[in-house]
Amino acid sequence: MVSRASAVRVGLVFPELLGTYGDRGNAVVLVERCRRRGIDAELVEVAAGAPIPDSLDVYLLGGGEDDSQVMAAAGMRESSAAIERAQHSGAVILAVCAGFQLLGHRYEARGGEQLDGLGLVDMTTAAGPSRLIGEVVVEPDPSLRIPTLSGFENHGGRTRLGPDEHPLGRVLAGGGNGVGGVDGVLRERIIGTYLHGPVLPRNPALADLLLTWVLGRDLEPVDDRLPDELRSLRVAAATATGWRARVRDFKLNRG
Amino acid sequence: MTTARARIALAAGRAAGWASRATGRGAGTQVSGRVMLGIDPQLLSEVVGTRRVALVSATNGKTTTTRLLAEAVRAGGASVATNHTGANMPAGIAAALAREPGAEIAIVEVDERWLAKVIDPLGAELLVLGNLTRDQLDRMGEVSAIAEQWREVCSTHPDVRVVANASDPHVVWAAEPANPTWIALGAPWRGDAATCPRCAALLTWSADRFDCPRCGFAQPDTPHRLDPDALVLGGERIPLHLSLPGSWNRMNAALALATAVLHFKVPIGRAVAGISGVDVISGRFSTRRLPDGREARVLLAKNPAGWTEVLRWLAGRDAGVVLAVNAHLADGRDPSWLWDVPYELLRGVPVAASGERALDVAVRLDYAGVECFVEPDPLVAAARLPGAVDIIASYTQFTHLTKRSW
Ligand SMILES: [Zn+2]
Repeated sequence: MVSRASAVRVGLVFPELLGTYGDRGNAVVLVERCRRRGIDAELVEVAAGAPIPDSLDVYLLGGGEDDSQVMAAAGMRESSAAIERAQHSGAVILAVCAGFQLLGHRYEARGGEQLDGLGLVDMTTAAGPSRLIGEVVVEPDPSLRIPTLSGFENHGGRTRLGPDEHPLGRVLAGGGNGVGGVDGVLRERIIGTYLHGPVLPRNPALADLLLTWVLGRDLEPVDDRLPDELRSLRVAAATATGWRARVRDFKLNRG
Repeated sequence: MTTARARIALAAGRAAGWASRATGRGAGTQVSGRVMLGIDPQLLSEVVGTRRVALVSATNGKTTTTRLLAEAVRAGGASVATNHTGANMPAGIAAALAREPGAEIAIVEVDERWLAKVIDPLGAELLVLGNLTRDQLDRMGEVSAIAEQWREVCSTHPDVRVVANASDPHVVWAAEPANPTWIALGAPWRGDAATCPRCAALLTWSADRFDCPRCGFAQPDTPHRLDPDALVLGGERIPLHLSLPGSWNRMNAALALATAVLHFKVPIGRAVAGISGVDVISGRFSTRRLPDGREARVLLAKNPAGWTEVLRWLAGRDAGVVLAVNAHLADGRDPSWLWDVPYELLRGVPVAASGERALDVAVRLDYAGVECFVEPDPLVAAARLPGAVDIIASYTQFTHLTKRSW
C-alpha cells in the first residue's frame, strides 16, 4: 500500500496440499516480476500444519485433491483471524480452484458432506454432475483494464456467488464457476478463479495487477513478449475448440 | 492354447500386426492384440496357459523394471516371455505372450489402471509394485484412487505374493494387506504423498522414512534397501554397476534384482550380471545420430517425478538439452506440471524449448532463469545446439521421435 522499506512477502500457503496443478508457478512469477523491477521480494512458504502468519503481502491459495482440500480447509480455518487481519491491513489474496472454493462459506460434496470454508466471500460451491476440464478464456471485469485471461481448468465444483458479489469475468470458452457464465470472484484486493495454467505465468497483466495492489503504485513495464505470445496462442486455441464443439453440438442436436 | 478359436484369433492378430507394421502405423502390438481379443475374449487366459506369471506395475519405471527383471530371471536359466515394447494393456499383453508360447515364466508390465482386471485371467503368482505418483491428472483422476484399486487387489488375492516399494506411502497403503516383501528404494519425489492414505493427516518425512503422527501408518521396516552405493538384500551388500543412466534406473534395477533373488531364487551374481549390460529399453535411452553426424540421446519423461529425476542427471552432464513437450491426451492435456519441475537445474546449460507447447516451456524456463531459444521441431532444435545433445521428450513427442527417420 505505502512506499516500502521491506521486501514484498509472497506467501505460498500449504504448497504440499494446495499445489496439485503447478500453483507454485504463481508465486515464482510474482517474486521474479518484482526482482526484474529492482523491487525486493521473497517467497515465503507456509508449510501445511503451520499457522498462517498475518505478516504476508500476498496469500496464494492453490488447487488440491479431496483429502488435501479437507486438510487445507482445517488449517485455514484455524488461521482465519490472521488472514482477515492481513487483508484489512492491505494484503492481497489470489485463490485458485480448491483454494477459491475455500474462500466461500462451504463446499458441498456429492455424498452430502459439507466442508466449511473461510467465509471471506459470500458464495457456496457444490459438486456438480461432471468435471469441467480444459482450456478456459475469461473476459475480465472491465474495471481491471487487463486483457483477456487464459487458463486451464480441472474441477467438479459449481460455485454460486451471493447477490452482492462480482465475478472476476465472463467465460468466453470453458466452464469457470459452472453457473451464470462467469468465472471466479472479484473483491477489493481479492481474486478467486478456477484458472490454472498456472494463471499468472499465462497472464502477466493479472500478476502486475496484484503487485500494483500490494505496492499502491503503477509498475514500469517488463519484457512480456514470450508470455503475451503464449497467451494469444492459448486464447486462439481455446476459442477455436469452443467453436468446433459448438458446431458439433449443433449437428448432434439436429440428429 | 488348443482351441480352434484361439488359433484363429492368434493368426488374425498376427496378420493385423504385420499389416500395421507394413503400413508404418506402429509397432503392431496393440492393434494385433485388439484383433485377437475381439475374436476370443478368453485369450488372455489361453495364451498364458500354465506359465508362472509376475506382473510389474508403477507410474514410473515399469517398462525398465520389467525388462531388467526378465533379464535377471533369464540369467537364472529360465526361459521368459515379456511385453518388452511397453504395450501394457490387455491387448498388448496377449499379443506379446502369444509371440513366445514356449517360455516357462511370463514377466508382464501392466498399466496401473489395468492391474485389477488382468490379475485373474493371467493367474499371476506375483505382483511387483514400484511407485504411484501423479500422471496426466486430467484423464487419470487421483493417485489415491489407483492406490485403493491396488489395495483391493491385494486384499482379495491372499495367495499372490507381492514385492513392493516401502518408501512410497501410496504403494505401502496398497500392498499392506498382502504382507509383502518390502524393499526401501528411497523417495526422491514426495510431491504427491503429503497426506496419510489411511487417515488423511499430514505425513512427516525424515531423511529416510515417513510416518503418520496421528494413526501410526509408517514406512515398514525391512532388511532390503537401496543405499547410495549398493543394494542391500538381507545382510548382503551388492554394488550396482549399470549401463542405464540416472538414479531412477538404480531404483528400477534394485526392485528387479530384489524380485529375481528373493522370489525367483536367482543367484545374486547371475542376476546382477544379467542386468548390468542392458543399455536400451524400448528406445528409451537410445542414442541417435543427427544429420550432421553428432549423437543425440533421447529420453522419455512423462510426469513431474520423472522429469525431476532426468533433470538431476542432466545437470551433471556437459550436453545441450532439447525439452520437447506436447499436451495431447497421452501427455496430459494440462502442462501446468512444468511448474512443479525444478528447471532451475538447467541454468548455464544450452537449452532449446521445443514441441507443440514450446512456448509454455519457454515461459517456464524464462522465470527459472534459464536462457533458451524456441524451436518447435526437436530435431531442428538439436541441430542448432553445440556439442552433445540430450532430447527430453513428453510421451507423444517421444513416440514420434523414435518412429521418425533421422
Ligand atoms: Zn494416518
